[in-house]
Amino acid sequence: MSVLSIRNLHAEVEGEAILKGIDLEILPGEIHAVMGPNGSGKSTLAHVLAGREDYVVTCGQVLYRGQDLLAMAAEERAQAGLFLAFQYPVEIPGVATATFLKQAMNAQRKARGLKPLDAFEFKAIMDRCLDELSIAGDMVRRALNAGFSGGEKKRMEMLQMALLEPELAVLDETDSGLDIDALKLVAAGLERLRSPTRSMLVITHYQRLLNHIVPDRVHVLAAGRILRSGDRTLALELEEKGYADIATAA
Amino acid sequence: MDDAGLLQDYDPAALPGAGSGWLDGLRAEGARRFAGLGLPGRRVEEWRYTDLGALSAHPFVPATDGHGAVLPPPCLAGPVRRAVFVNGHFDAARSHLCGLGEGIVVLPLAEALARIPRLLEAHMGRIAALARKHFVALNTAWLAEGLVLWVPDGAVLEGALELLFVAAAGDRRPVWHPRNLVVLGRDAAATVIERHVGRGAYLANGVTEVALAPGARLAHYKLQDEAEGAFHIAATEVRAEAGAGYENFSLMAGGALARNRIAVELAAPGANCRLNGIYLGRGAGQLDTDIAIDHAAPDGRSDAFYKGVLDGRAKGVFQGRIVVHKGAQKTRAHQSNKALLLSERAEIDAKPELEIYADDVQCGHGATAGALDDDALFYLRARGLPEGEARGLLIDAFIDDALATMADDGVRAAFRRFATGWRQGTGP
Repeated sequence: MSVLSIRNLHAEVEGEAILKGIDLEILPGEIHAVMGPNGSGKSTLAHVLAGREDYVVTCGQVLYRGQDLLAMAAEERAQAGLFLAFQYPVEIPGVATATFLKQAMNAQRKARGLKPLDAFEFKAIMDRCLDELSIAGDMVRRALNAGFSGGEKKRMEMLQMALLEPELAVLDETDSGLDIDALKLVAAGLERLRSPTRSMLVITHYQRLLNHIVPDRVHVLAAGRILRSGDRTLALELEEKGYADIATAA
Repeated sequence: MDDAGLLQDYDPAALPGAGSGWLDGLRAEGARRFAGLGLPGRRVEEWRYTDLGALSAHPFVPATDGHGAVLPPPCLAGPVRRAVFVNGHFDAARSHLCGLGEGIVVLPLAEALARIPRLLEAHMGRIAALARKHFVALNTAWLAEGLVLWVPDGAVLEGALELLFVAAAGDRRPVWHPRNLVVLGRDAAATVIERHVGRGAYLANGVTEVALAPGARLAHYKLQDEAEGAFHIAATEVRAEAGAGYENFSLMAGGALARNRIAVELAAPGANCRLNGIYLGRGAGQLDTDIAIDHAAPDGRSDAFYKGVLDGRAKGVFQGRIVVHKGAQKTRAHQSNKALLLSERAEIDAKPELEIYADDVQCGHGATAGALDDDALFYLRARGLPEGEARGLLIDAFIDDALATMADDGVRAAFRRFATGWRQGTGP
């Protein structure tokens, strides 16, 4: 069964149609890349999947492991194993990162009928993840994303993904704004999280992230539609010819 | 002017200490002033955001003792040190005023008037001026019950003294006028926790005068949590001499109207104050914060930092007045008020006022009002936190930096617990 099945999805933001009929199937363990120019609807797709309420679905269906995803609240989607890595993680002064991480993990465990982690169990898991992702421990002692550099914010997203162990991760331009070292760190983190039971939808403007994490399928999104789909060579073709050619060719 | 019958049955000859010249004169002056002023209307600048119609709509009657009212447990762990007032009357049987430290005097006002009249004469009515102060004048007319704390030169009060005011109002609307005096000698130090709880409809019109000798330090914390029928009008008037420090943190969370005035005169060089607080409103109540800081001497410093969370039809008012007098050079004065509006019907009115007559000063103020950040809320929900939990985390975070200003760890923990408990009752 598909992890994600999107059929004829239309969505608008503030009354303006952004997505105009998206179809996409992701199987367990697959990594799909969605590439496209600015304004093509990439981020809208990510937010619609995560359940942002000011993105209005006007037509179509999204099934997540057979369930009607669009009928679920944002938190229910997360609890069911969907994770959105934000393009712009939100700074939340006053909320201690470690407190938030524990609360998020336990909210998800509660929804799945698991008993909450106590402080020691949580710390053991967090320390292991920090170690695996080579993240300094002081980051979780600060307020959530507050004053974090761009690279730190993206690594915090990777840490959350590692802790929450989603079945479908949607990565919204996780590579944007990163220098090459930070990009390598993030890509290594992603590679580590790759597994036969975890699917990923990698949204990106550039193909450079795909040098580090190899997709099974690549889709080109422009003006709210998927114009072409192919294997990873499509990403290389895009890099060479640019979006304009692909758009005209289609 | 409308006086809402608040001087009905007024008989100063029957009040404790009557017959002493200074006291008779002070009360008479209060009564005369209030009779002339009546209740303030909205054309009085300080009251332009506050309608007293509901207060004056029905008469109040002087309170009976209300014994038997249930007391909440003390704010802090450890030995109980607290003065209990029920419906404004001192409850000796349930007060514990031992072990405060060598030389420290704590007395109910009626007893203090008999035993230490000179100390009272030297301070009462001299810090809280009566001119144009409607409710202070009314309180002064009825001056009889309250607490006097005197910490002599160099002494330090052990732990913290809690002043607990419990209201137990029945069918008739009672009124009382607590009057407290805190006098700290040279380099003396004390921590006072003022707490107001109660049920029913009533008017509590309190005045606290604070005199800080050079180098004295007072931490003054206030927790107000009264029922929706309560009118809580309070004025704290402080004079700080050279190098003295006054810290106030007020947590206001209830009543039909709760108005918290704090006026500080930094009377001599190097005096300083920190006025901080949070106000938490839901339902239809109104919470007023009215601060006035007079920088009368050089090298003074004042910081005021308030945060409000308003839900339902709650209304908040923040009035912050700073006056830097001529000659008060090198003054540093900052104030800020930030309000979080959780409902579209909640309201905040903020009015900062700076009057500066010296040229070498650093002064600033800021005010913001807004709803919870949708982006932050979505971010937390996208990690699996239910909406209520996500809102709670953000509300706690909003008020936490105000709470963090409190110097006393134990009191801060108690206030934080209270704020979290209040927040858990916010909708939806």
